[in-house]
Amino acid sequence: MPEKFVAKAAELKDGDRRIIFDGDNEVGVFRYGDQYYAYSNFCLHQGGPACEGLTIARVEEPLNPDKTSRGLAFSSTDMNFVCPWHGYEYDIKTGECISDRRLKLRTYKVVQKGDDVFVVT
Amino acid sequence: MEMLAERGRRVTVEELNTTKLLAHARRQAVQRKYDNMLIVDCDAHHYENENYDQILPFMENDVLRQLSIGGRALGRRGLVPSQAGFTQDMGGRVTRYPLRSTEKTEPGRIRDVQLGERWMDAMGVDYSCLFPTGMLNIGLHPQKEMEADLCWAYNRWLTEKVLPESNGRFFSALCLPFSDPEQSLRHVETFGHRKGVTGFMVTTVRNIQVNDNALMKVYRAMEERDLSLSFHSGPNWSEPVFRACNRFLSVHALGFSFYNILHCTNWVINGMGERFPKLPVIWIEAGLAWIPFLMQRLDHEYMMRPSEAPVLKKKPSDYMRDMYYSTQPIEIQDREAMECTFRMMNAETQLLYASDYPHWDFDLPSTIYDLPFLSEKAKHNILGGTAARIFKLLPRNDKQRENLKKFGNLAA
Repeated sequence: MPEKFVAKAAELKDGDRRIIFDGDNEVGVFRYGDQYYAYSNFCLHQGGPACEGLTIARVEEPLNPDKTSRGLAFSSTDMNFVCPWHGYEYDIKTGECISDRRLKLRTYKVVQKGDDVFVVT
Repeated sequence: MEMLAERGRRVTVEELNTTKLLAHARRQAVQRKYDNMLIVDCDAHHYENENYDQILPFMENDVLRQLSIGGRALGRRGLVPSQAGFTQDMGGRVTRYPLRSTEKTEPGRIRDVQLGERWMDAMGVDYSCLFPTGMLNIGLHPQKEMEADLCWAYNRWLTEKVLPESNGRFFSALCLPFSDPEQSLRHVETFGHRKGVTGFMVTTVRNIQVNDNALMKVYRAMEERDLSLSFHSGPNWSEPVFRACNRFLSVHALGFSFYNILHCTNWVINGMGERFPKLPVIWIEAGLAWIPFLMQRLDHEYMMRPSEAPVLKKKPSDYMRDMYYSTQPIEIQDREAMECTFRMMNAETQLLYASDYPHWDFDLPSTIYDLPFLSEKAKHNILGGTAARIFKLLPRNDKQRENLKKFGNLAA
């Protein structure tokens, strides 16, 4: 499987991303925490640049035991990236569309060799 | 540019470049050979409020003009009613909203024309019907004389400055000051013949009865001039019934359909289709799912209560099938339901592609082109052929001419 150079590991800080072009294909590579994640850059909705928008924590609405709402809050654990065309949100750890988790972006493997980070296309 | 993400975190985002943002749209256009088919976007927008310095001097009334221009200098920028809570950008998730001001354009040409060319070229669109954004709320203005003067100024600016600079790629259905039938008639008589004017548009966020006798002369004037009448919908969180909604999503999902349902019902039940059979009527930006709903509701009631709709000579749904509808925002989640909707409305001859760009829920031509249940003729008709026939738009190359002719859409 061909590998495409992404960046030097030291250049990819937590929260950074790169868009890798491989012929007609485009892959978004994210560094989130200590992990790398890579997904197709084509939104499952209308083909927008899914990996090029904001990264933003998932919005939650926690409920009290009596089922009353505690209001809206940002998740302390779950992070999404957002297609800038229409706002489709994807789980940065899985590539699943959070509105319908049966929809999932194509996932790519990321490998680190020495100081270099590669995505397997 | 820095944008605020969650919990106060700031993220750096590059300046907006529409061509770059829509690079994937351009790829779709090339893959699908859109250059070979005429594509007409019957509902695109610009932000006219960013051009008030050019628009407001066209206001006719000295006092209203001074109130508008002087008020802006004092920071009173709300010339048209706006609504709290309208977060189309979703907190910056739809990046073209907060970044819009960062996009660079060439000096000396109207910025909105340049931006329009970029998105049309990216999507493969040949012509766009340009509508305002903030002025879609003009029907909520409490002063009908201000509504009329703002429409007048906008329509002059659009027809004298914007459309001439677009090399014919922008056309428009101009804003009607619908609260004032006399002024509406004057607008039709004054602007109806101008280049690039294909008709007039009524913003449907209002509570006027479209069947009011005072409006008949306006419709007649349009029909006599071979113009079209568009009803452009919108949401209104201040409408008493929508005060019960707590999320923008809810108001948006219901509101756009609601106002077109409301006015289309009055249009059909009062026999406007019988009164003005040659007037093309277009219902814009309400999606499509409301159409089979309303057809069924009105037919059901009409069969039992024909005495309340004595002008009708056929069922309400038949009149609805005589009118036109824009595609956006097309509800794509249930393909079978969509196919049923297309069948019920005779989409092949009555449906017109619309992008609604640059608004947050825009649709690309591929939303139509990629539908597996559509014939080649239906795709050509919906994406531009039918619009070319209604609005008398000419092909931009020989292949488009060939296809328009093949499917009976070549304007004389």
